[in-house]
This record gives sequence, structure tokens and C-alpha cells, in this order.
Amino acid sequence: MSNSDTSPELLSGGELLMRSLQEEGVEHIYGYPGGAVLHIYDALYRQDKIKHILVRHEQAATHMADAYARATGKAGVVLLTSGPGATNGVTGIATAHMDSIPMVVLTGQVMSWLIGDDAFQETDMLGISRPVVKHSMTVRDPMDIPIIIKKAFHIAQTGRPGPVLVDIPKDMTAPNGQFPFEYPDKIKMRSYNPVQRGHSGQIKKAVAELLQAKKPIIYAGGGVILGRASGELTELAKMLNFPVTNTLMGLGGYPATDRQSVGMLGMHGSYEANMAMHNADCILAVGARFDDRVTNAASKFCPHAKIIQIDIDPSSISKNVNVDIPIVGPVRSVLKEMIGMVQQSEANERANIDLWWKDITSWRGRNASAYRTDDSLLLKPQAVVEKLWELTNGDAYITSDVGQHQMFAAQYYKFDKPNRWINSGGLGTMGFGLPAAMGVKLNFPDSEVVCITGEGSIQMNIQELSTCKQYDLPVKILTLNNGYLGMVKQWQDLNYESRYSNIYLDSLPDFVKLAEAYGHVGIRIEKPSDLDGGLREALALKDRLVFLDVLVEPTEHVYPMQVPNGSMCDMLLSKTERT
Amino acid sequence: MRRIISVLMENESGALSRVVGLFAQRGYNIDTLTVAPTEDPSLSRMTLVTHGNERVIEQITKQLNKLIEVVKLVDLTEGSHVERELLLIKVRATGAQREEVKRTVDIFRGQIVDVMPNAYTIQLTGTSDKLDAFIESVINATTIMEVVRSGVSGIARGEKTLAL
Repeated sequence: MSNSDTSPELLSGGELLMRSLQEEGVEHIYGYPGGAVLHIYDALYRQDKIKHILVRHEQAATHMADAYARATGKAGVVLLTSGPGATNGVTGIATAHMDSIPMVVLTGQVMSWLIGDDAFQETDMLGISRPVVKHSMTVRDPMDIPIIIKKAFHIAQTGRPGPVLVDIPKDMTAPNGQFPFEYPDKIKMRSYNPVQRGHSGQIKKAVAELLQAKKPIIYAGGGVILGRASGELTELAKMLNFPVTNTLMGLGGYPATDRQSVGMLGMHGSYEANMAMHNADCILAVGARFDDRVTNAASKFCPHAKIIQIDIDPSSISKNVNVDIPIVGPVRSVLKEMIGMVQQSEANERANIDLWWKDITSWRGRNASAYRTDDSLLLKPQAVVEKLWELTNGDAYITSDVGQHQMFAAQYYKFDKPNRWINSGGLGTMGFGLPAAMGVKLNFPDSEVVCITGEGSIQMNIQELSTCKQYDLPVKILTLNNGYLGMVKQWQDLNYESRYSNIYLDSLPDFVKLAEAYGHVGIRIEKPSDLDGGLREALALKDRLVFLDVLVEPTEHVYPMQVPNGSMCDMLLSKTERT
Repeated sequence: MRRIISVLMENESGALSRVVGLFAQRGYNIDTLTVAPTEDPSLSRMTLVTHGNERVIEQITKQLNKLIEVVKLVDLTEGSHVERELLLIKVRATGAQREEVKRTVDIFRGQIVDVMPNAYTIQLTGTSDKLDAFIESVINATTIMEVVRSGVSGIARGEKTLAL
């Protein structure tokens, strides 16, 4: 369409939407068409800047967009039709919401004059999604589409990020509309102004506390990744020589192979991390929300510690555990300010923490993360993850599903970089791993992307093997197959006298043949001696999706494991040892 | 701990459902809720009465603030404030009851706003406590047919305002 420079071009609502998304720099949309979004799909067809990925189930579209956001920090975009299309996306929206992942979800809606009539494929999507979005909006006038999209991206990506849903009645995108397109440069909302920096007085108080601490520890969460602050975190930790523990969501925020890293904390955290937390006299929480899977019983949490918490979300502060020095602000700028203050401090202001490191070294010496390898002819799942780490030089993007394999991945794949560990931490969504791997691979085609999963989880979105073929996404799927829903089995072993209620997955498909049926490569690894060769073979097939069906020891448990209602340091260390 | 939280929010459809949903979702209590547009039709003013311990109240205010449509809020109970609630009550009033009810209304400085041969409709404003006290008194004099309460509206005393 040609226009003079002065008059803006006239577009339909569907075109306004596409142009707005282009202005936001969107490269991929993940979605599935249907009646209410046909106008949008037509506008999508008639442009060539944005590529659409057609999934096989809407849940996968949301996870793909989510994983893209986790790997890049930019909002992923999902396009779903009304009714069942939109409701199928709810699990993915909730997954993103729990982990504060920026995402813009566009859902079709029945024509505006039919809303409320129980029209075909009508669902109150604003209502259904309300508790699991950061915000949601509906389009009432096609002219508003650019400003609504601008707002959606702004809200999704700033402050504490999260998913934003935009519901679009079909008539808003009708092709006959003639509306001017002008995309706003900036947006100002009187009711939404996230904090830009922390309170300097509070930061000063916190630094004074940190310098005097004799048993300090840094407890770093997903906020470090989301806030792109791993560089600052590492710098501060190095300056102070403090031990660092990462949450499940924060893995990679501090290099796991560094001497000062004590590993993950919490329910399946390392012995040394949980011991250090429990015995600390000062905890610096950075972008971490004191989740119940971290604290164990909140009333017994770290009884000796002064707690400093940095978080961009005021409601995260003192929510579960009372905090002594709260700092509301973006973790990156707050850490930068802290670094400046520590630099200016005198050496004699700093407490000596040599004795504390002695304690930590002795806890490490217990080597609680060692697993027994002698008693079984079957592969240990831990060994599989360790081998993968070794063969990928610790540099792959790892996605996971939910269960024992997820914890083994978190414990034994040592992440040295942020944004490499992609998992559903808060909601714990099975079926996340494969579409997440696809979302990462699509945007990082030259990087190794491995989905560590189980035979239960993988079947929750296994249909996406077809999407992988269509868009040529050669991810590696590493299935730790023990024939059981392993984490449920572990709890039934520990708490229900091994009454295995509905956890045995009988009649599993032949995964090798299944992979082949979808046009991929399948490899089965059955014994320890096949592990190295099988993994190498899979990784060498750079251009092919390889489904590795790895048969592992079905009786294995994940340890350490915090004892329910205990303190941080009440742990089972194996089937026979307890702290 | 009873708290009166006053909220200034965008007058947009869906905003109210987000507030109500937040309370349901997080298990907070709503005792009363009133909402109406202000002199600026793009803004609504909501008064919310809730109760909970200090930690819960802190979370309520923080979570409300997090809602995108919420512009500002204040916990009125933290300072001196005026609170009022409107009561409309229909009671049986026959024979000697009529005078007795009228006396009670006068004592509480209410008004009889509708008169029927055997019933009165009474209007009364005041704090929630005062309305409770009135209902307790009138129940001794006659039979209550219907009670409608508006929920609390509140405003800070003095120069303090909750405005843009």
C-alpha cells in the first residue's frame, strides 16, 4: 500500500495487530488457528516478517513461547483461537506466571455482539485466566490495537515480568476495517510504575550488615536470571568471598563449578547448601521468594540469620519469612550499588570468614551428593546426567519436565551460565520439556538443546515430535525411563509404605519406533556400558532429532531430601541416613 | 484487626473482578466493599473493609497495589478518618410499635423515608457500629422485614487526600 509521508496508512484490525507485533521485533508466533482468529491468520499470511509455528496442541505453543522468553529475556508471543484453543493454553500461561516469565498471549474471541450468548467456542477467557496472568485486556475498538499491544509488551517485560493476555473479538480484526496505524514509541501508565532503583539508605544498611557477617551466604533465585544480574552477582560474591547457593529457578545465575558455589538449596538441595543456610548468621536473598520448597517449615527457617532481601516485587518481601532489611528494586541496579559500597569499604570493616569456610568445607567433605553405583546392572539416572554434562562441556541448553529426572538434572548438570536451565519450577508442569526445547532450538539453532525428561512427562506433549519434523528442530530428548512416575513412587516409598498407587506406566510405547514413525532417530540405551557411546552418537547427529530412551534404575530416590516440617538442615541423605 | 482500605483505581471493566478475585484466590476476607466513579469518570474509588493479622493486611495492600489498574491506595485505619455506612431497613410498624420505632429512629438520628399503614422504611447513616446498635435496638421494638447496608465508605481527616 503506498501512501504519502504525511497521512498514515489505513489498515484492518488484523493488519494493525501484525504491524504492532513487527514493531515489537517479534520474529516468531507460536499458535494454532481456528474460527475466531481466521482474520488474524490471514493478515499473518499476507506479511513475511513474522514466522508462525504451528504446534499440535496449544499447550505446547505456550511452553515454546515461554522457553523462548526464558532463554532470551524477551516476551514470547502466542496466538490461540477462542474456546478450547484458549483453554488449552491455560496450563502454559499458569506455568509462565508462577515463574514470572514475560509472555504475550493473544486469544481470539467470538464476535463482540455475541459475547455472553454462549456462542460457538465462546469462553470467558479473561475470567478463566485472571488468577494466572500479570494483566489482561480486551479489544473493544480496532483502533486501540496498537496501544493495547504496546501496553501488553510493556507490562509483560518490565517490573516483575509475567504473562499478559489480550482477548480479541473476531470483528475487531475484520479485513474491511480502514484504520490508521501509528505505533506509540513510549507508554506511560499512571497506575503502573515499577520501581527503577532500590533505596540507597536500605542498601547501605544491608552492606554494613554483610561486611560484619561472620557466617554469610548469598541465596540467589530466578530474579537474578530475569533481572540479567548474574554478572553483578558474581562480582559481588567474589569481592566478598561469600558462599552462594542458587534456587532451582536461579541455577546458572552463579557459576556452579566455581569454588564459592555450594549448589542448589531446598527440598532436594545439596547437603552443604542447606547446612550453610541453616547455620548462617546473615542471608542475602537476591531475587528469591522463600518458596516452601526452599524453606521447609518457615517457622524453623534459619533461626540465627539476619535476612536481607532484594526483590523488584514488594509483595515478595516478608511474604513467607520475615525479612530484616528489605530492598525493593531491580536486582541488577541494587547489586551494582552494593558493589560500589563494598569497594569503598576499608579492609578492617570486614569480618573474617575463614572459620565459616572451614565449616562449609567440612560439610562438602561429607560428599553427600555421591550416589552408589555398585549394586545394580542398570544405569543410575544421576550418572546419565553427569555424562551428558561432560559430553556437552556443560554448555548445552537443558530443558526438563517435572519429577525425579528434573531434580537429577538440577543436581548433576552444573550450569555455569544463566538462561541455560529451562524448567517449570513454580507450577511444576509435566509436558513442559519438549516444547520448551523446541522454543529454545528455534531461536538458537546452533546451540545444543537437550530435554531431560521421564517416560511419564514426555508423553504429555509427545505429539510435538511432529512439529519438530515440520520446522526441523533437531533437539535431543533424553528420557530417563524407569517405568514409574518416579517422584510419586519416591513419596509412596517414604510416606505410604511403598503402596504404589497408580504410578506404573504399563504398556509404554517403543520410543525408538515412535521416534522413527515421526521421522526422527531413536536410540535405546539399556546398560551402563552403552551410555557413553549412545550419548556420543546422539550428539553427533547434529541435524537430527534424537530420542534417547535410557532405561534407568527404577528404585532410585532423589537425595538429599528435606524431611517434611523440619528445618533447612533436616534431611534424608540416602535410604538409610538422616542428618 | 479490622482495616479500612481505600483504593483509587482505573474505572475500567474487569478491574472490580480482579480485586474480588484476588481476595478469593488468596483467602483474604472482604467484610464490605463499595465502589463508584469519582468526579473524574476515568477513576473509581473503592472502600474495602477487611480483617486479618498484620502480615495478612500487609500482603493485602501489597497485592492490591500490584494490580495494574490500582493507581493508589491507603489504609485509612492507620490515621484518623471518617467512616460512614448507609442503612435502609424496613420494619413492621403497627399500633404502639409505630411510636416506639419512631422514638428509636429519633434517638439514632435516622429518618423514616417511607411510610406504609403497617411498616416504616428507615434510613440511617453512621459507623458500622452505630448501625449494628440501631438494628439491635429496633429488633426489640418490632420485627425486621428487610435490611440493606451499603458497606463502609471512608475518607481521611484533615489535609490528607487520596488523589492523583
